[in-house]
Amino acid sequence: MEARGIGYRYRRQPVLQEVSFTLASGRFHALLGPNGAGKSTLFGLMTRLLALQQGDLRLGERSLRHQPSAVMRHIGAVFQQNALDLDLSVSQNLLYHAALHGMSPREGRLRCGEELERQQLTEHARMPVRRLNGGHRRRVEIARAMLHSPALLLLDEPTAGLDLDSRAALGAHVRQLCRDRKVTVLWATHLIEEIAPEDQVLVLHRGRLLADEPGDALCRRHGGISLTDTFNALTREALA
Amino acid sequence: MTPRDYWYCFLGVQKREWLRFWQQRTRFASALVRPLLWLVVFAAGFRMVLGVSIIPPYVTYITYETYIVPGLCGMIILFNSMQGALSMVYDRELGSMRVLLTSPLPRPFLLLTKLLAMGSVSVIQVYVFLLIARWGVGVRPPLEGYLAVLPALLLAALMLGALGLLIATWVKQLENFAGVMNFVIFPMFFLSSALYPLWRMQEASPWIYQMCLLNPFTHAVELLRFALYLRWNGEAIAITLGVTLVLSALAIGGFRPQRTRLLGAHLG
Repeated sequence: MEARGIGYRYRRQPVLQEVSFTLASGRFHALLGPNGAGKSTLFGLMTRLLALQQGDLRLGERSLRHQPSAVMRHIGAVFQQNALDLDLSVSQNLLYHAALHGMSPREGRLRCGEELERQQLTEHARMPVRRLNGGHRRRVEIARAMLHSPALLLLDEPTAGLDLDSRAALGAHVRQLCRDRKVTVLWATHLIEEIAPEDQVLVLHRGRLLADEPGDALCRRHGGISLTDTFNALTREALA
Repeated sequence: MTPRDYWYCFLGVQKREWLRFWQQRTRFASALVRPLLWLVVFAAGFRMVLGVSIIPPYVTYITYETYIVPGLCGMIILFNSMQGALSMVYDRELGSMRVLLTSPLPRPFLLLTKLLAMGSVSVIQVYVFLLIARWGVGVRPPLEGYLAVLPALLLAALMLGALGLLIATWVKQLENFAGVMNFVIFPMFFLSSALYPLWRMQEASPWIYQMCLLNPFTHAVELLRFALYLRWNGEAIAITLGVTLVLSALAIGGFRPQRTRLLGAHLG
């Protein structure tokens, strides 16, 4: 996925300004920024919930602006707010998503079984989502996002509302997905502790992209201090 | 995308709506209390003060209960459509809508499919109501009428669903159901032929009569009434169909997720 000169205004206020980056195939990318930095807006644009105003998003040769269907076929998304139907079972939620991607019920059941097995959720397949804990719900959302085998997985603050252990487990799980299935991941967060030194870090602050490089390299370039200090230094520089 | 993809998507959205209907059947059953109260209590009191002459599509004198059944069918669809449209962009359906809108299929197709799915659930409720009216109150349209009214019910559901979506997306002041009830549902329902024939309204006030004629709900109710009694009403069909097309085009073409809560309370 390549973002070229993305700009977005909401009620005349600039939310994103000239944001450009390229996501490397099969790699984990952390989109780091405080609340209000523009992360959700960027996700809205990448998932077509918001219409592009300026710039373009491309997946390979395809443009989201001109070939939205072709691009959306290869994107899986996990939203910040719960997007599961709590009254329906886990498999019913997944089959709904499969149908939205044009899969036949048979194909959907097959893929649903495979993904639930991968996420170790098979025994929960018939359980209403309402009865699952927060960590399991997130994994169901990931299973759903992976159902159509996307090349790019977008996760918007997926650990919101989870306890420390669940957060760590979810992070490890998504990195495993990256390694095993060569999925490109963009993980938005405002929690620096969720980022590993080897992750590619995109720092978004007040709608502008301040950095786009591996976490350890970013720290070295700013004097070998921690990522927290690096982030603080970057945002101070931006404000100056 | 192939026609097969569209078909499976269409089926999947319908199935999800029916599953939700089944999961929440007690809520849907309680939604029938409102029209049944009108049919049993309101109609019992009102038939003493309102005489209904022989007017098409009826060929004989009818009871007041018989007269208001099509209007109450319209009422079920009206309430459901407005409530459904609000929940699509503001509360209960937000998660499902996010998933729906990230499908690779074209957005107009997805929204139309969703409106039809919500409409089909309203239609099930209408049929339950019609059965209760038949066996409980003795309102007995011809049996073939139950089949003939099906496309009319779906058309009315689509029209009112599109209106609901249009209002929910564009009129911020009406984002809660009480506002919609006071400013949309009640005026549409009372300024229509649902509860009283329009000739009565014409006698009472020509001005209100004109407003009733301009109200698309009037024509949807007449369409249901005529279809239920196996009579053709070209004017009602043409107006309901025309309004449905215009409202659907406006609601679907003008749908903007940023005017809803689909991305959360604020953009950040």
